[in-house]
Amino acid sequence: MATTIESPRAPHTARRSRGVNWEKWGWIYMRASGVVLLVLIFGHLFVNLLVGDGIKAIDFAFVGGKWSDPFWQVWDTLMLWLAMIHGGNGMRTIVNDYATKATTRKVLLGAILVAVVAMIVLGTLVIYTFDPCPAGSPADLLPSFCATR
Amino acid sequence: MAINTAGTMTPKRPAGTLYRGREGMWSWVLHRITGVAIFFFLLVHILDTSMVRISPEAYNAVISTYQNPIMGLGETALVAAIVYHAFNGIRIILIDLWSKGAKYQRVMFWVVIGLWVVTMLGFAPRHLINVFSHVGGA
Repeated sequence: MATTIESPRAPHTARRSRGVNWEKWGWIYMRASGVVLLVLIFGHLFVNLLVGDGIKAIDFAFVGGKWSDPFWQVWDTLMLWLAMIHGGNGMRTIVNDYATKATTRKVLLGAILVAVVAMIVLGTLVIYTFDPCPAGSPADLLPSFCATR
Repeated sequence: MAINTAGTMTPKRPAGTLYRGREGMWSWVLHRITGVAIFFFLLVHILDTSMVRISPEAYNAVISTYQNPIMGLGETALVAAIVYHAFNGIRIILIDLWSKGAKYQRVMFWVVIGLWVVTMLGFAPRHLINVFSHVGGA
């Protein structure tokens, strides 16, 4: 039986198995989320660090004021989700590059997944269950609008 | 040139690669280092912000640690890392998606550095004045 030998320079034509190409979507995600994150994070840094007294003005009342506005709740939620997944996927790439032992790699990838899921769940719960005017707290620590409630 | 195991000649230093040596490689190294640093800060930042859910006192205590001068310098370094990662990320997108991206990757690296310098000149003085003008109370 004659064996066909392909030209050494023939393009690799092996079909990958069916199903979602997760690596491709990961590649697209890094670029798409990166552009959105540039806008979200530059806006976050501008409003929190450059406007007014910057970091000196950040306290509970400042956060309470921001998160009483759905605009900033959505802004921060988007930033949280996009950034944690972008960062987690970046860390995954680095672990895949440098962790040569299968066990080490699995442990590190598992730790990244746990961290990403935990931070997204925690952060989302904090943004949407947050009370800017907790009962029994000194009024001078709270946003000014709490007094009129 | 060196003889390899197949008996053919291979150049010792491949020419014209994107990721080996010079701007292409160092931009990638910086992208990784800044990315890892930002990731770990993000974990800390979500945890410290979550203190708003405990009590106003708990949040104010943890955020006040961000307002001392040493942390102020750290925040400047963090923003420097974020700005580099953001601008170099746009450069990576252009290399991948713009037909002339790979040709101009080296020029684009220096454009990234230029924009980084301009952005940091806008950010650092303002932030450091905010941090240092209140040193010692007030």
